[in-house]
Amino acid sequence: MLEESLQPGWLSEEVKTGTTIIAVEFEGGVVIGSDSRVSAGAAVVNRVMNKLSVLHDKIYCALSGSAADAQTMAEAVNYQLDVHSMEVGEDPLVRSAATLVKSISYKYKEELSAHLIVAGWDRRGGGQVYVTLEGLLCRQPFAIGGSGSSYIYGFVDAEYRKGMSRKESQEFVVNALALAMGRDGSSGGVAYVVTIDQTGAEEKCVLGNELPTFFDE
Amino acid sequence: VDMALSNVLELPASGFNFENSARNAVLEDVLGDGKTKTPKPMKTGTTIAGVVYKDGVVLGADTRATSSEVVADKMCAKIHYIAPNIYCCGAGTAADTEKTTDLLSSNLTIFSMNSSRNPRVIMAVSILQDMLFRYHGQIGAFLILGGVDFTGSHLYSVGPYGSVNEVPYLAMGSGDHAAMGILEDGFKPRLELDEAKTLVCSAIHAGIMSDLGSGSNVDLCVITRQGVDYIRPYQESEFKDQRQGRYKYKPGTTPILRENVEPVEVEVMQETVQKMDTA
Repeated sequence: MLEESLQPGWLSEEVKTGTTIIAVEFEGGVVIGSDSRVSAGAAVVNRVMNKLSVLHDKIYCALSGSAADAQTMAEAVNYQLDVHSMEVGEDPLVRSAATLVKSISYKYKEELSAHLIVAGWDRRGGGQVYVTLEGLLCRQPFAIGGSGSSYIYGFVDAEYRKGMSRKESQEFVVNALALAMGRDGSSGGVAYVVTIDQTGAEEKCVLGNELPTFFDE
Repeated sequence: VDMALSNVLELPASGFNFENSARNAVLEDVLGDGKTKTPKPMKTGTTIAGVVYKDGVVLGADTRATSSEVVADKMCAKIHYIAPNIYCCGAGTAADTEKTTDLLSSNLTIFSMNSSRNPRVIMAVSILQDMLFRYHGQIGAFLILGGVDFTGSHLYSVGPYGSVNEVPYLAMGSGDHAAMGILEDGFKPRLELDEAKTLVCSAIHAGIMSDLGSGSNVDLCVITRQGVDYIRPYQESEFKDQRQGRYKYKPGTTPILRENVEPVEVEVMQETVQKMDTA
C-alpha cells in the first residue's frame, strides 16, 4: 500500500497570495491594482480573489504574501481606522492608515509574512501611495509588490512618467499587471483596479480575455 | 507523570498539555527507528463541495474517514450543524473540524439568545477566521461554510491559517481537484434546485472515484430561507459489500458450568448531608 500520506503536500502548505500588486499616484488621486490568484503550493485555491481591501472610504490596501496574515492585518487596520476617524471627527489621512499598517508589520515582523501597499486620497495630501514592506514607511510616486513584481521592474521604471492623467495611470496599472501575470506562475486570473479620488472609489474588474496582449500572445 | 487513581477525579491542568508528544518521542527513541511510528491522527481525507443556487446553498460531502491507509469510519458525517440556517463541511483532522464547529455552534447559540437575532453567515466566518488565525495553523481544519440569512445566500471557505474566500462554488479536501473540475464545467449562476443537487453530487462522486482518501456515500445538505433538507445519504456507494456470516451469538452458546454467589458485607462508614440552596 502507499507509504506516504494520502494528503498531498499542498494541503498542509500555507495559503499564499503569490501576487502582483501595484499602486500609482496621479494628479488628484491614486490607481491601485492587483491580480486575483491565490495559491497553496502548486494548487490554485481561489482564482478570483479581490486583493484590494478597503481600509476606509477613500483608502485601500493591496494584499500580498500569506493570505491569512494579509487579510487579518487589513481587517485589524480597518477597525483601528474606524475608531480613529470617529475620535478625530473627520476622514483619516492616508498616512495614518499607512502608519497603522506599518506598526503591525514592524511589531510582528518575525511572525507575519505579508506586505501591504496602502494607497488613497485625503484632503491634505491628495493622492498618496505608501510602501510598508518589513515595517518601513515610505511614500513613493508608484509602488509594486508581490512575487510578480520582479518581472516588471524594468517596465515600470521605463514607462512611468510624472504627471500622468487618470486614464493614463489606469492603463499603466493594467499593462503592468498583464505583463506580470503573463510571466509569473503565481499571478493570474483577472485584474482588479480601483481608482480613488475626491469623489470616491471606483472599482473595476478587467477579465482575463480583456487584458492587453503583447507580442507573444 | 503519576498514574491516576481510578477513584480520584483528576482535573485537567489549564493551558496546553503536550505530555503525549513527550511520551511519543520517548517511545520512538527507546524502541528504535522504524519499529514504532506514532499513530497518525484520524484525518477525513475528503471531498467536500458547495454551490450557491437560485434559492440558497447546497453543501455536499463524502463519508469516508481514514487513519493512514485504513478506513476508520465508512459513514462519517462531515456536514456539521452550526445554526438553523448555517451548516459547515469539514476536511482535515477529524477531531479539529468536529470541535471547532461545535465551539462555533455554541458561541452562535449564545449570541442568538443574548440578542434575539438569527446569526449571520459572515459572523460565523469572522469567529472561525479569528480563532484559526490565533492558533497559527495548529488546528488542521479546512472548512466550507454555507448558509442563508437576511442578506442572502453565502458560501465561504476558511483555511487552517485563517484565510477566507467567498465564491459561488467551492471544493476542498484531498479530492478537491477532481470535484473542482466538475464544478468549473457545470456551474452557472442561478441554478435550479435539481441541477444544483446533481452538480454537487457529481462533484463529490468525482472525488470519491479519483481520490483514495474519499469514498463511500454522498451526503447533501440543502439550505434555503424556508429551512434545511439534510439528506444522508443522498447517493449510496455502488460498492457495498454483503456480510458473508453472522456475528451474533444466541444466548446459551457459552454453557455455564458452575455458579457461585457470595454476598459482600458493606458497612456505612460516614454519611454527610449537604443542603441544596433552593431559595
